This record gives sequence, structure tokens and C-alpha cells, in this order.
Amino acid sequence: MTDVLSGADVLVGTDWAAQHRADPNVRVVEVDVDTAAYDQGHVPGAIGWNWTTELCDTLVRDIVPKAKLEKLLGASGITPDTTIVLYGDNNNWFAAWAFWQLKVYGHRDVRIMDGGRKKWLAEGRELETTKPSMKTTTYAAKEPDLSIRAFLPEVQRALGRPNTAMVDVRSPQEFTGEILAPPGLPETCQRGGHIPGAKSIPWGKACNDDGTFKSRDELAALYGGQGVTSDKDVIAYCRIGERSSHTWFVLKYLLGYPNVKNYDGSWTEWGNLVGAPVER
Amino acid sequence: MKSEEFQERRDELNGWKINVVSYRVGDRYYCTIDNVDPGARFARAEGATREEAEAAALEKATRYLQQTRRFPTS
Repeated sequence: MTDVLSGADVLVGTDWAAQHRADPNVRVVEVDVDTAAYDQGHVPGAIGWNWTTELCDTLVRDIVPKAKLEKLLGASGITPDTTIVLYGDNNNWFAAWAFWQLKVYGHRDVRIMDGGRKKWLAEGRELETTKPSMKTTTYAAKEPDLSIRAFLPEVQRALGRPNTAMVDVRSPQEFTGEILAPPGLPETCQRGGHIPGAKSIPWGKACNDDGTFKSRDELAALYGGQGVTSDKDVIAYCRIGERSSHTWFVLKYLLGYPNVKNYDGSWTEWGNLVGAPVER
Repeated sequence: MKSEEFQERRDELNGWKINVVSYRVGDRYYCTIDNVDPGARFARAEGATREEAEAAALEKATRYLQQTRRFPTS
């Protein structure tokens, strides 16, 4: 895998991250599902963001508010010109979640370290446990770009529309309703199944065993083979919106689809909604 | 310091496929357990040896997986 895939400048390799970790124009940020992982050891110079407290609104269910993101980026020493390189566990689930939110608020240069934390560890690369101190900045985010975010009414209107491809990126067992949450995790919905008409393309099919993304040709075959093509409006969803942000990243940035949205309400919204149609 | 002795293997626990990752950082061993599908990490532990870390993580994983219900789909 090369450092930059498909010329999109959004994917960097572990070598690139190692070489640029002290570059003042680059800020490496770890975002994990397991919020304790960063403290066990992280890419030297990397800062850590906590998705449960820093990348969301902790009162209302919503993505991080603009002012809160500005404060986080400022405290992280990031300016609008900084190249932000995200990585994390679970093949970059929450790194992709952070990527999506940074794009919602218009940060120009955001990249993902291909393979994430797992690849860095597997390669026996250097780690440190100290948190780097940052010179704070004043960051002004752009107004949210809602062209990459789907809300419930849009998803409801899209039901049955032939020009919209709905992609359910959860596991096949969640898709069929056999289970209500990934094995070992708490159930967070009242009904199992999927949004009528959705295609089941689990997020992990986009990755190789080492956590890196598959080639452009393989990805194009994966999604195109299910009718999820670039001429359609695509809406990706999962359970809470982080796995679907991973698929959103693949479709939008690695395959260059023009109209892709992440429905972050996902199954925790749809599967709890009174009267919502469900297919099994 | 570096991550060393990185190992990854597939296993089965309570009828669920799991992915067990373990490695050493300094003098501590860490173990994380993901469900293979969809690939979510749901248990982790650390210990003075790999065996200790894995045993503790597997014990947690067993407990969490017991709470996962299966529903008929047809």
C-alpha cells in the first residue's frame, strides 16, 4: 500500500506518520474506541481525543458543537492550515468518525494513517506514554457542511427511491435482526433488522487483515457489485454512526463518490423509532 | 519503548468468533478482544505475562458475550 491512495491525499502510511510526527505543520491525533488505549502508549508526539467526551455534545445527542470543536482544536495546537493525521484502534473506526466531523466543520487537510493503531503496534514501532504539550491556538471552524450528514427526515424520504443507495455497514447478524448489537456490547435498540431497501456491506469488507484499506479496484468492485455506484446519492448507516463514517470515508475519499452522507442517527435512532418500517 | 511480541489469533468463545490480540509494552502485557464480525473491541486487560493478560481479557469477554441474545429471524 502506498502512502497516498488514489491521489486523494487522505491516506498516509505508518512510515509517513513516523517521518512527519515532529513536523510543526502536522498534528498526529489518536482516537480510539477504547479510550484507555492512548495512555498505554501512542505514536510519539501524538495527542489523544476522547470520542465519548470531546467529539460529541454530551448533553444533546449530536456531533461536537462548533464552539467545542474550536476549543479542542485550539488546545491541540491546530490551525486551519495544519495537516491532521488521525489514527485509532478497530481499524480506525473513531479516527474516521473524527475525520467526518472535521470535514463537517471544514478543516481542509485531514488524513488517516492506514492500518491505524494495530498496524503501528504490529510493526513494533516506537511508543510513548507522555502527553505532548501544545502551544494553544485560536481556531475558527467553518459553518457545518450538512451535505455530508443525513438526518432522519432525509432517510425517511429516501425510502424506495431508486437513485438513493442505502448502505447498512453493520454485521450481517445485526442486519438480519438476529442480534441487536455487536456481540459483547450492550443492546441499544428496541427492534432488530434494517432500513427497508438497504444493502448489507459490512464496513470491514473494505479492509485487509492488517487493517489497511483495500485497493481502489477491490473497493470499487465491492460497492459497485451491490449497486452502490457513484451516480447515486448514498447514505451509510450503522448503529451509532462511527462504522458508517468509515464507509463514508471509503466512498467519498477513496472512491471519489460525489454524494455520500453519513446517517449518524443510525440504528440507535431508526431501531427505536415508533412506527418506523423495518425489514429483516 | 516499543510494542513487542505482537500476536493475533482467531478463536471461538460461547459460539462467537473472536480476535485475540496481545503484545508487550515495557514490562506489561496487553490483550484486547474483538468480535470478528463486526470487529468491535469489547474486552481488554493487562498483566505481568501474556497468559495473565489473556486470561483476564477472556474472562471479561465471556461475561459480556453471555449477555448477547440471539433472536429468530424467520
